[in-house]
Amino acid sequence: MAVFVVPESLKKMVGQTEEPIVFKVEEGAIQRYARAVGDANPLYNDVEYAAQSKWGRLLAPPAFPGWPVKSDGFDMIKFIEKLIKAGAPMGLLDGGVDYEFFSPVAADDTLLAVTKIESIEGRETKLGPTMITTVETTFTKESGGRAFVMRNMFLNF
Amino acid sequence: MAEQTYYEDVEVGSEITPLKKVATTRMLVQWAGASGDFNPLHYEEDFAKNLGVGHPIVHGALKRAWLVNLMTDWIGEEGRLKKLSCRYRGMDYPRKMKNFDEPQDGETWWCKGKVIRKYIEGDEFLAECEIWVENGKGDKTTQGSALAVLPSKSK
Repeated sequence: MAVFVVPESLKKMVGQTEEPIVFKVEEGAIQRYARAVGDANPLYNDVEYAAQSKWGRLLAPPAFPGWPVKSDGFDMIKFIEKLIKAGAPMGLLDGGVDYEFFSPVAADDTLLAVTKIESIEGRETKLGPTMITTVETTFTKESGGRAFVMRNMFLNF
Repeated sequence: MAEQTYYEDVEVGSEITPLKKVATTRMLVQWAGASGDFNPLHYEEDFAKNLGVGHPIVHGALKRAWLVNLMTDWIGEEGRLKKLSCRYRGMDYPRKMKNFDEPQDGETWWCKGKVIRKYIEGDEFLAECEIWVENGKGDKTTQGSALAVLPSKSK
């Protein structure tokens, strides 16, 4: 057991911003997400009910699409592979997340997601030498204004 | 959906209405498809074993989504979730399926929480909550906090 020593090749990635992703929030994607969570809230499942609500259309649960940003927008595996190529250990675990929500996301919204690598640290955990990466993703609506900000920590070990 | 929760209804120590969840291998497949997280750690036995976690584990992000579910059910349509944080403290292993729809007997998870502070800031009536996911043994495998904006009867 030892502390993971972060190589220079990874240290220099801190502060970098990933290619921005633009994606449209689809009704079907919201419904599939809600079903996968087991969230029966009609605002996320029932188009007619949602149409009668103050939002007027299907609402996405807070934290949709979450991490990783949908695979059709952001390829997490490619991002992780980039870190591994630069020297990160192969194992991957999600460590946790901090969200701040500013305005609700609904079907047909177009979101712009920008992910920035905030920090990369070396630690020793029960998994062995571990690298902890913190990334911050800001989701902005095309129609204007921030929708939410997500700070995610994950562990390579 | 439960009844609307108002700021005046909650006190420090008030319990968030608990939410029951049963993680199954099927649910994990469904989550992978819905979230786009195709890490084999969550569905491939040998892959999980080689990484030292024993068996495929429940996605942290799914447990996070359960906690969002816990909070939004409690907050109701007139309130909103302002913040949510969580940390994954322990591994959870899904139940296997008995048939297409039903899981085998096994562990049940509970999402729980309680109000730890209530305050008014600007024009917002806020409830700060401690939240967690508890496994079948009563261990808190995911722990976090949430900040809810609740409607007020005075407005």
